[in-house]
Amino acid sequence: MNQQDEQVLTIFERSKRGRRAAVLPDAEVPEPPLEQLIPAKLLRDEPPRLPEVAEPEIVRHYNRLSRRNFDLDTGFYPLGSCTMKHNPRLNERVAALPGHARLHPAQQPKRAQGALELMWLLQESLAEICGLPHVSLQPSAGSHGELAGLLLTRAFHADRGEARTKVLAPDTSHGTNPASVTMAGYEIVKVATDERGGVEMDDLRAKVDDEVACLMLTNPNTLGLFDENIAEIAGLIHEAGGTLYYDGANLNAVMGHSRPGDMGFDIVHVNLHKSFSQPHGGGGPGAGPIAVSERIEPFLPRPQVVRRESGNGSGPSFDLDYERPKSIGRLRGFQGNFGVFVRSYAYILSLGADGLAEASETAVLNANYLKARLAEGRAGKHVPIAFDRHCMHEFVLSGKPMKKDLGIATLDLAKRLLDFGFHPPTVYFPLLVDEALMVEPTETETKESLDAFAEAIDQILAEAEADPDKAKSAPYTTPVRRLDEVKATRKPVVRQPPG
Amino acid sequence: MLAAIGVDSVDELFAQVPEPLRLDRPLRLPEGMSEVEAYERLAELAARNADCEEQVCFLGAGMYDHYVPAIVDAITQRSEFLTPYTPYQPEISQGGLQAMFEFQTAMSELTALPVATAGLYEGPSSVASAAYLAIGATKGRRRFVVSRGVHPHSRETLATYAVGFGAEIEEVGLEDGLTDAAALARAVDGETAAVILQSPNFLGSIEDVEALGAAAKQHGALLVVAVDPMTLGVLRPPGECGADIALGEGQPLGNRLDFGGPSFGFFCGAEELIRKMPGRIAGETDDVDGRRGFVLALQTREQHIRREKATHNICTAQALNALAATIHLAWLGREGYRELGELLVRRTAYARERLAAVPGVELLHEAPVAREFAVRLDAPVATVLERCAERGIAAGYPLGREYPEHEDGLLVAITERRTRAQIDDLAEALGVAVAAEAVAV
Amino acid sequence: MADASYPEELLYHPDHDWAQVDGEQATFGITWYAQDSLGEVVFYDPPEVGAKVSKDSPYAEVESVKAVSDVIAPLSGEIVEVNEALADAPERINEDPYAGGWLVKVRLSEPSELESLLGAADYVALLG
Repeated sequence: MNQQDEQVLTIFERSKRGRRAAVLPDAEVPEPPLEQLIPAKLLRDEPPRLPEVAEPEIVRHYNRLSRRNFDLDTGFYPLGSCTMKHNPRLNERVAALPGHARLHPAQQPKRAQGALELMWLLQESLAEICGLPHVSLQPSAGSHGELAGLLLTRAFHADRGEARTKVLAPDTSHGTNPASVTMAGYEIVKVATDERGGVEMDDLRAKVDDEVACLMLTNPNTLGLFDENIAEIAGLIHEAGGTLYYDGANLNAVMGHSRPGDMGFDIVHVNLHKSFSQPHGGGGPGAGPIAVSERIEPFLPRPQVVRRESGNGSGPSFDLDYERPKSIGRLRGFQGNFGVFVRSYAYILSLGADGLAEASETAVLNANYLKARLAEGRAGKHVPIAFDRHCMHEFVLSGKPMKKDLGIATLDLAKRLLDFGFHPPTVYFPLLVDEALMVEPTETETKESLDAFAEAIDQILAEAEADPDKAKSAPYTTPVRRLDEVKATRKPVVRQPPG
Repeated sequence: MLAAIGVDSVDELFAQVPEPLRLDRPLRLPEGMSEVEAYERLAELAARNADCEEQVCFLGAGMYDHYVPAIVDAITQRSEFLTPYTPYQPEISQGGLQAMFEFQTAMSELTALPVATAGLYEGPSSVASAAYLAIGATKGRRRFVVSRGVHPHSRETLATYAVGFGAEIEEVGLEDGLTDAAALARAVDGETAAVILQSPNFLGSIEDVEALGAAAKQHGALLVVAVDPMTLGVLRPPGECGADIALGEGQPLGNRLDFGGPSFGFFCGAEELIRKMPGRIAGETDDVDGRRGFVLALQTREQHIRREKATHNICTAQALNALAATIHLAWLGREGYRELGELLVRRTAYARERLAAVPGVELLHEAPVAREFAVRLDAPVATVLERCAERGIAAGYPLGREYPEHEDGLLVAITERRTRAQIDDLAEALGVAVAAEAVAV
Repeated sequence: MADASYPEELLYHPDHDWAQVDGEQATFGITWYAQDSLGEVVFYDPPEVGAKVSKDSPYAEVESVKAVSDVIAPLSGEIVEVNEALADAPERINEDPYAGGWLVKVRLSEPSELESLLGAADYVALLG
């Protein structure tokens, strides 16, 4: 059946009174009325109106639903700054081992040595990759890591008796950066980008002062360009007494080739769901561990995973260290997204030093190749590169000429790509470039995959040359076509109405 | 490919990295290895963990050894749910968006609050997120009154975030296992942004949220309640007790222990708070041909549009874990979910009675409980735990570190996996362990 | 959606806002160009009656599906009335930006500020 013609029912709408899937064990213990155990006023009158569906129906429902999703195992996702690389299934297998999966977070450390050692080994690996010695795995995502980094910055300054108020970030920064800045109680100040695509140095010099707590950057930046002034930038910020924060979203460009610690960064967050192959899951889970320099180490969250020599001949042991007097404290419950650590550690083990360096090399090669293909023909004419130089792992095109000459916007090109079986690139970001398309192929795409994408773009542009309306009303073949987002936002319906 | 680019080597592409910043040696990490070797290494690490198959687990404290039905994994391991990106292109993400809509509906039903978001990271940071919302919602009030019964990790996380918010926290103590109502009423004033409670609280007691919340209402503060999602089949939901926001640790629904994560935090609120809520929200709508569909709604709250004025900085959340929860709830269903809650309450009552009868073991408090309770031991808790562990039982969570006033306290949690036989075994093991200490002394 | 228009009797601020002055009072709103750039308005959060507004500063926000825009006050004063109808029908800002889509009425505090505002012709010239 054509998915467009499928009747869309929620699991609630498939309910039929009296059906159920679960068979629960018998109580085995006395079963007094609940009012004898808990005062009636604390008890619920009516159970929540959850669906009543038998197991085979539940399975069919979610299987059918799954087929209304595009996914990475099916096709290409050239989403800039998302690093949609292949998710190895070994990772799922090892994460499911009961020793990892069925381990309670409050188990005594002496009985969770495998888990704590794994965390420690992952910390050491990330420290080496980032070039910064001390790592906390606690943050649950990149933006959580950003918040951590800003709170670490605050603690660092407070420890020196200072209370700075501002944080600098380029106008090309990911939205989470300014959002984190506000949550950490700072004021965001934007720094301009120059014609080469790097930080505008005069603007930076004008804005760095002793009210600046931190500068947040990513390098390469969201234009896919390595900022050659990074050493000078680091010097400027450090001289003014501020910290330098690295958004690790673009780490995939430089693993084994350059390290943010060596560039001068004090605090780095790493997105394990980007460079380290944790599956995106449709919006998480991920993890955002942070690596920091020596001077930031005292403020790291509590608890920290530490390694202790036994001193008595038996091997080292691993523990959770809560004795951290200058720590900023906890950022979340327990130790962090351990299941994600297992997967990323398996990935790092599998690739090793050589494999990680090769991954970055191939990511950069693939991006430059695709950029070269898209610089030819129609693409080169209608969606030209925004900054004409070699890119690293991603590049940004502008749909502005296309809009002017062909009358279709970047949005329309993106929607038409859906009909060709591709997920579009990131669109309308960074804000600096008009009608932006941010393209990141990653290292796990073959040349044929990249060629197919370039051909699809060419075809869509050729179509638009003949008839712009084709793209404007796209997509045609997806389970639903363009959706009324205005209606969804004006009168939000965010749950199934009861009954 | 190099020819197409116009270079002779990949190295040329790295020329934009200044020479001094080029790493001139390989990473100091082991060389890559085959899949079988990597597997063996990970399995060896796993083998050195005393997991719930090796030790009968009475540990709780927010995360519980529930049985996750097999269909949860079968569905969440499907490529189409495991590997896609966030649903920013709704036309090809209807699976994920509808799943979010179903999750939102389920959590709204559980908590009896009309609006649920697609979730946050886990329980404790959700409490901090609620505090951030309360600052905006009360036009800048920055005081929080928090019960000592709220999970220590939540209170600590809130304290960490509060430094950034410029907020003040006042803690209200417990009396006989329950929040001291009089002290709470005294602590709340016109500067309080929110009153934050947990029920059942960390010591397992069911709080009278409605009564405690009156102080918040009086002063125009938000009432935020952290709840256990496995108990809402039997306990009065926070939406019926005056809560403005209900949230909590979602792990018991559909998610493994995984040594503490990934799980998810659920976050539900009153209608008027919708534009201030953190996290993604799926909304229902139609397409150009009138087909029913779902999209990310109210995106202007979020960081990718609102940037420094966003309601929260969250981007990647815990979508797959929320899907697992939805499937688990569908599998339990309306009757099964309630039945499971009743089972937990009855087995917990049984466990509590058995343990209270053990010489040297006393209930820490008599307040009503649902699925977790606290006892006091007449012997050092650490030693008792060690003896029980040697018998293959993780007897409970020691209270002493986070509640120094209960240094001899132990928190015992019950799930549907804890059989009567295992509970009897626990009682015996505790009895033997406590007695052995008496002899030793 | 209305066609591009810039009524002659209004005064304009370069940040795409208009003012209709009536003695000591004025009505403010956003211009046709502003609503066109924003797209379909889905939400307008009005400021409170009694709030002060300052010339060149934002006093409210207008939201479309994918963007949020600050609304800039063309003149300074105190808000005496807000357009309540927009709560249920924010799309009026698109349909009728100069009449039904008015945002606030203000009692002016600094009448000399009028001199800095543009006439319709000059504003249109600015749009290029």
